[in-house]
Amino acid sequence: MLKDITLGQYFPGTTLVHRLDPRTKILMVIVYIVALFLAKSYVSYALMLAFLVTAVAISRIKPRALLKGLKPLLIIIIFTAVLNLFYSGGEPLVSFWVFTITKEGVINAFFLVLRIMMLVMGTFLLTYTTSPIALTDGLESLLKPLKKIRFPVHELSMMMSIALRFIPTLIEETDKIVAAQKARGADFESGNLFRRAKALVPILVPLFVSAFRRADELADAMECRCYHGGQGRTKMKQLHYARGDFAVLLVGALLLAGVIVLCHFGL
Amino acid sequence: MSEAIAVKNLQYAYPSRSGEDSAWVFDGLNLSIEQGSFVAVLGRNGSGKSTLAKHFNAILLPSGGSVWVFGLDTTDEAQILEIRRTVGMVFQNPDNQMVANVVEEDIAFAPENLGVPSAEIRQRVDDALKTVGMYEYRTHAPHLLSGGQKQRIAIAGVIAMRPRCIVLDEPTAMLDPQGRKEVLDTIERLARENGITVILITHHMIEATRADRVIVMDERRILADGTAKQVFSQVELMRSAGLGVPNTTELLYALNQAGYHLPLDGLSVQECAQTLRNFLGEPGGNATCQ
Repeated sequence: MLKDITLGQYFPGTTLVHRLDPRTKILMVIVYIVALFLAKSYVSYALMLAFLVTAVAISRIKPRALLKGLKPLLIIIIFTAVLNLFYSGGEPLVSFWVFTITKEGVINAFFLVLRIMMLVMGTFLLTYTTSPIALTDGLESLLKPLKKIRFPVHELSMMMSIALRFIPTLIEETDKIVAAQKARGADFESGNLFRRAKALVPILVPLFVSAFRRADELADAMECRCYHGGQGRTKMKQLHYARGDFAVLLVGALLLAGVIVLCHFGL
Repeated sequence: MSEAIAVKNLQYAYPSRSGEDSAWVFDGLNLSIEQGSFVAVLGRNGSGKSTLAKHFNAILLPSGGSVWVFGLDTTDEAQILEIRRTVGMVFQNPDNQMVANVVEEDIAFAPENLGVPSAEIRQRVDDALKTVGMYEYRTHAPHLLSGGQKQRIAIAGVIAMRPRCIVLDEPTAMLDPQGRKEVLDTIERLARENGITVILITHHMIEATRADRVIVMDERRILADGTAKQVFSQVELMRSAGLGVPNTTELLYALNQAGYHLPLDGLSVQECAQTLRNFLGEPGGNATCQ
């Protein structure tokens, strides 16, 4: 039952977007988000949208898959839209009882919704086209300068990749524990919210105990395989920027510059 | 030096929480393992076999006495990586020894820790995968493999360090018969073809019969030490250690008890059948039974 949960879904592929260095993609997403928050006008939004559409088209990710990612955010999107619709001052369009819809409200709501949707779709494109391992490797490499201020970059990325590795194992384990507790008459389906939450205790306790035991064994196994922290460690797959990465980063820089210029001229 | 592992007067006590004197696990244990040999350590739960194995690559350090691996003292802090690189270790649960969610990344883990250059890591990973016959699965996710396949990946993860000795702590305990066979065949091949010293810790006597030398442990002492034939023919001793003997030996022993004087060293089914034929006076009959 829990096996259907997908975390950080990844659609393998061989398109240009897939082949880009993960660092390029992470940087591009940052540039994209910054540009998105700077964009103020129809022209700059059109530019951003054109960029997103092109990227999605090249990646061959189905737009439907991207839209599906928006589903959990639907309530937030509607909430922001409604809030902006009524609470922006300006020229009134429609007015009833205490509510007034203004022209500015409509425009604000439209742009905000568009901004959230584009934000989510842009970041989803990153996780859809980059394997979790490449993502952690990229992050580790990008954060490397922070080592100078004693930030535990290697440890952090090691923890991330081990967490990713153990998600399916622990989900399987949870399934087994649920089955075992059901076999002893545990009831997870009836009662109010409080009762159901309480029914989770006999699942969580064995799960935690087993997770700690696993951690202990894993630590031994890692030591046996000569793990001694990040010092002097090499990598089998080294990240390297290719020509395509530079081209894409240049596009990113141009996009950001374009939005800043447009913003400056009040467009 | 022809000794792979030398245990000299080993004393070990688990550290006690209260600081009081804790019970000795080992009190003066001696053992020597030849280079290139295939040794099985047999014993029931709590016989001390796993604790002993953890001394072979400095996961546990002796409280007294010493353990030498290929001429290195395990208490020598400066040599710890070299010791662990030389003596690889595989554990019971394959799930709890994998660090990455792609097979080849997992196998690359040990050479990466050792600071091996990238191109050579790739070579070592491919070699290790081919040795255990899992090359086609290099880009798979480990949790989608069978138990036997996972354990072979764990073995490959250790081989990638190019160790001179591999210690396997009950590697088949969690596997089905098919997985058990896969893993044992792999282990035997490592010992016979790759010249690696293999120490197989097990409580399964049939597995132990594959080895050149069987060491039986009970109550944290070495009870018997010799070839499988020598060890298993001591039926009473094996029973006192809470272990059985293979069915073939069991049969010959039962016949002996009933007054027939048969040698007890017919370990394989063929040998056992031959012993019986010889006894029944069928001269030189070829054992053709399965």
